Amino acid sequence: MAEAEGSNDFVVFDQVQKSYDGETLVVKNLNLAIGKGEFLTMLGPSGSGKTTCLMMLAGFETATHGEIRLDGNSINNIPPHKRGIGMVFQNYALFPHMTVGENLAFPLQVRKMSKAVTKEKVAKALDMVQMGEFGDRRPTQLSGGQQQRLALARALVFEPELVLMDEPLGALDKQLREHMQYEIKHIHEQLGVTVVYVTHDQSEALTMSDRIAVFDDGIIQQLAPPAVLYEKPDNAFVASFIGENNKLRGRINGVSDGVASVTIGEGANVQALAVNCGESGETMLSIRPERVILAADAPNRLDGKVMELIYLGDHIRCRMSVAGDDAFIVKVPNSSDHAALNVGETCPVGWVTEDCRALDAA
Amino acid sequence: MTDASYQTAPLPGAPSDASGALLAADGTPLKQRLRQAMKVSRRRAFLLVAPLLVFILASFVVPIVALLLYQGAYNDTYEARMPASTALLQQWDGVSEPTEEMAAAMVADLAAARESKEIGKVASRVNQELSGTRSLMTKTARRAAKMEPPYLAALIDRDKDWADIETWGAMKLASTSLTPAFYANAIDMKYMPDGSFEDQEEQRQIYVSLFVRTLLVSGGVMIACIFLGFPVAYLIAHLPARKANLLIILVLLPFWTSLLVRTTAWIAMLQSQGVLNDMLVFLGVTSDDSRFSLIYNMTGTVVAMTHILLPFMILPIYSVMKAIPPSHVRAAKSLGATDWTAFWRVYFPATIPGIGAGGLLVFILAIGYYITPALVGGSDGQLISNAIAYHMQRSLNYSLAAALGGILLLGVLVLYWLYDRIVGIDNMKLG
Repeated sequence: MAEAEGSNDFVVFDQVQKSYDGETLVVKNLNLAIGKGEFLTMLGPSGSGKTTCLMMLAGFETATHGEIRLDGNSINNIPPHKRGIGMVFQNYALFPHMTVGENLAFPLQVRKMSKAVTKEKVAKALDMVQMGEFGDRRPTQLSGGQQQRLALARALVFEPELVLMDEPLGALDKQLREHMQYEIKHIHEQLGVTVVYVTHDQSEALTMSDRIAVFDDGIIQQLAPPAVLYEKPDNAFVASFIGENNKLRGRINGVSDGVASVTIGEGANVQALAVNCGESGETMLSIRPERVILAADAPNRLDGKVMELIYLGDHIRCRMSVAGDDAFIVKVPNSSDHAALNVGETCPVGWVTEDCRALDAA
Repeated sequence: MTDASYQTAPLPGAPSDASGALLAADGTPLKQRLRQAMKVSRRRAFLLVAPLLVFILASFVVPIVALLLYQGAYNDTYEARMPASTALLQQWDGVSEPTEEMAAAMVADLAAARESKEIGKVASRVNQELSGTRSLMTKTARRAAKMEPPYLAALIDRDKDWADIETWGAMKLASTSLTPAFYANAIDMKYMPDGSFEDQEEQRQIYVSLFVRTLLVSGGVMIACIFLGFPVAYLIAHLPARKANLLIILVLLPFWTSLLVRTTAWIAMLQSQGVLNDMLVFLGVTSDDSRFSLIYNMTGTVVAMTHILLPFMILPIYSVMKAIPPSHVRAAKSLGATDWTAFWRVYFPATIPGIGAGGLLVFILAIGYYITPALVGGSDGQLISNAIAYHMQRSLNYSLAAALGGILLLGVLVLYWLYDRIVGIDNMKLG
């Protein structure tokens, strides 16, 4: 998170638009300020414009309209090699004809640093990613995780203030990916560089980021820290894209004190937090599966029929039919006093009003 | 227990014999079982390639080894038709005076060869060793049947060249079927009757310079193809697919036209009354009476060969460039490299396998080029293949043609080996 308000505009996208064909906008009026030292993730499905934003920042794509500023200076017309931005590519883009050491020395050599300084910095960078002994190997002789670390070290070795990462962990297996997430996070904390990270993997985004910008359809749908994004989604897209989510369609009867009264299914009346729903009309209620209460005394009580039970060790995943929705998921913690559930039975379902958010009906 | 020792230890529960080798379920050693299992698939693989193997053996390996290399060192034209003199000539030391016995055998052989109408071939063979002996042989053979002893005197009486020891030396050389003479000849050396080698006379030394010229022209054509082909390949590799396909078709278009047509087109372009010279005169670059001679010389050969071989350079480079991820150059730029540095230090090294493959292809094709130099090369644009063709078609000295071909093959193999040592064959990518 940005430490001070003043440093909150290290990287600025000011009304940036991008079109490839002059007919459709890939990025629509993007306004975004990234603080110094911040770890910001652009998260979104493929085709949402997040990679295009990153490429515009790196200088490989030009903005059709608007201005991109780095540390207060417009960089629209500065070629990529003069921007001094480190970048980690999706397929690592390691140079196969150079050794690991030569790959790392490359950015220092083109900056005409002396041999001694280069050697020292390369050694330091190798140590940082725990690859001290691999200096003479070729990238093709390294494992996926090692290549990833090398790519990271190469993007950092010339000490840029801003590092861009374009789905850098996409090619790794699950276990290694999780390990690398922590490693990247630690390096970020250690060096204090600003990181702009692009991914379509929400768990990656939640693990590492200070703030996440959720992209869809060329627009930032919500820009918030991970906890806020998960617990207080602004709209139906964010609610369904981040984490698991129960969606109940309903009609608003009225709103008072920020609480909406909604009719769902066949006439059941419930209360929900009015977030993004207007005063009347259709709405989408969003409740996280772990916030559903299975107890007779719960507020907003409805009847649910148990359709399916899946035992997952730490919790039981229960699919229920609630208010005409067959895909209503409840996570029942596997504690000693958890409710006894059987398929086919009907049991009471409810939630605290603050946990249920009335969002746009999209 | 470390990981490594765990790997080599027999599986727990798997039976093994006294020496520790694993046994299969039926008690035979596991390795033997595995070999048996592999045998079937190996036999199938062999049967699949067998037709191709037979074809290559019959059309490539056998002709090259048996005909080309062997014929360059073996010629029994003389021995087969003049057996009696051959036996004596082989015993003769090549320096002492020829004996009456040798002369008698020679006269008998000549008479027999004339009788069987084979004397022309024998005479040609001897003439290859010493020019002028053809008429000597045919002339002597006409009278051989009527000659009376002493035969040596009779021969010298017929032509005083028979008194010359060099004549008999040529006979001895021709009668030696397995001989290094042709290979020596192909590198401008002379194999002497006493078994030594000498340099060919100055005005007859043509093959070494022809080999050198062939190598230089091939090298020049290869370099010209690299410089002309690289930008084209780059352009095609970086265009959108539809435009790139159109350009590829244009690159391949020459393959659909006959080689002869393309070469002839260059004659129309480059001759002194041709398109290019007319244009230069029109533009005032040169005057009408001092037109450039662009064809029927080395220039014509190089220009036409470069044009014809260019696709062989473009295609491998293109296919290699196509496989270079665009992110490599982007990465280089993001790391601070200028456009030129990113190209020279990151993009260009990645194209070397393509340049190597294209270069080797063009070079080896150029070394054996025949039609183009024959049509547009004039006298100083002829290459070694034209000399080989001359000996095949005109002088009918098949053995010398084979020896020249053999040396050419050897040269290509040496260059190929050098290439492997310097660049590495594994680094080559044809597509």
